[in-house]
Amino acid sequence: MIFEDEPVPGYPLPILPGHTSPGRLERVLRAGQFVVTSELAPPDSADPEDVYRRARIFDGQVDAINATDGSGANCHMSSLAVCALLTRVGYAPVMQISCRDKNRIAIQGDILGGAAMGVCNLLCLTGDGVQAGDHPQALPVFDLDSMTLLETARTLRDEHHFLSGRKITYAPRVLLGAAENPFAKPFEWRAQRLAKKVAAGAQFIQTQFCYDVSLLKTFMRQVEELGLLDKVFILVGVGPLRSAKSAEWIRTHVPGVHIPDEIIRRLAGASDAALEGRKLCIDLIQEIRTVKGVHGVHVMAYRQEETVAEIIERSGVLGGRVPWYPGRDPQANTNRMAS
Amino acid sequence: MYAVRQWSVRHARGLNAFYRGFESALVALHPLWKRLGYQRLERPVAAVERSLKGLLFDCRMCGQCILSSTGMSCPMNCPKNLRNGPCGGVRANGHCEVRPEMKCVWTDAVAGSARIPGGMDALRQVQVAVDRRLQGRSSWLRVVRQRVGEI
Repeated sequence: MIFEDEPVPGYPLPILPGHTSPGRLERVLRAGQFVVTSELAPPDSADPEDVYRRARIFDGQVDAINATDGSGANCHMSSLAVCALLTRVGYAPVMQISCRDKNRIAIQGDILGGAAMGVCNLLCLTGDGVQAGDHPQALPVFDLDSMTLLETARTLRDEHHFLSGRKITYAPRVLLGAAENPFAKPFEWRAQRLAKKVAAGAQFIQTQFCYDVSLLKTFMRQVEELGLLDKVFILVGVGPLRSAKSAEWIRTHVPGVHIPDEIIRRLAGASDAALEGRKLCIDLIQEIRTVKGVHGVHVMAYRQEETVAEIIERSGVLGGRVPWYPGRDPQANTNRMAS
Repeated sequence: MYAVRQWSVRHARGLNAFYRGFESALVALHPLWKRLGYQRLERPVAAVERSLKGLLFDCRMCGQCILSSTGMSCPMNCPKNLRNGPCGGVRANGHCEVRPEMKCVWTDAVAGSARIPGGMDALRQVQVAVDRRLQGRSSWLRVVRQRVGEI
């Protein structure tokens, strides 16, 4: 998909009527395409090339790249910095903001700073507890929660002031996202919680890993009954499992990930578990795609990011569409730069 | 105490009805509180509130109580201080991600709210960010002054 008004990399797109951001992700979502996003594991390094190398492996397969914010409460390069590097060359990052490490003063500053550097998408998260990560001694902040974080970002964007009421002169033009986990208790409340997030400002949702499509379908039916299908874009989380052993480890150690026994059995019975894990991921994507109200998938392949391109390609969900990446349209960009 | 806190969630309906009456009585007595002076009452009332709600709900004295909107399960007992619903880390047995020995405060809140008339609607309201300045202050006195339009 080529936008006529595709700018020089790093430059914002014109904001179309009804849109809130100058970003490509919102354009593709509102155009009704099946969207693919993925997640970049921020490096434990201060080398920008480490970020670019990790971004390049998604080239041509994803519409946006999430920059995680200390995911799993582990320390890495900050999401703001990763986003700043990515926007420099034109990538469309989703800046994740977690409430665990920063209070409302720091968070609002980061939202303005991110938007100033070309970030068009925010994902507002509560964040994992510090006990999950490599610094369990740290102070858990949790000044805001994901809901009040959404409201804060929306206030900055739509009402042009800080939570304190002090005016800002140029609002951050961002698409607001949130997470949801349809696969954790209390199940009957999860769709309601989504409704609350939409009320607080969420425009898109990226879910936790889905390994149980029947639970997803139940959830989506509830979402439909609440009249939310045309109010929010839902991207379902997927990811390849490396082996039965790692699946077992993930479901016992990673908070909120539900993996049914039959998935573990399928992996255990395969001669090449990693290959089977990728095949399973492709099968899930194809099944999820048919669920009413799903607008795309969010592929999380922690420490096996190199498999994402193959998975997306073999799943065929892009239908021949090539998402933008630096260098996709060399001619077009040169022309515009010259003009 | 954890066992008492669980009891309170099971008896959310009765506790909420009692609180409604109690709050109306406090509001009716506003002229008295005013004569005694809210400033002067702050410490003793906060002390009573702390011991009573501490016993029943493991109250953390955030100073802006929303127990009636959370099924009598105090959201400040959530290690992440979530006031708008459960996080995505709730364990398969309904227990907390951070403190596995404890039931998720929000699975309790949903159960408690179902027992309170209008509780589920209250649960759906988006709660604003906590004002950390109110920590340790009396929520009761604040509610009375809000109800009579003083603050």
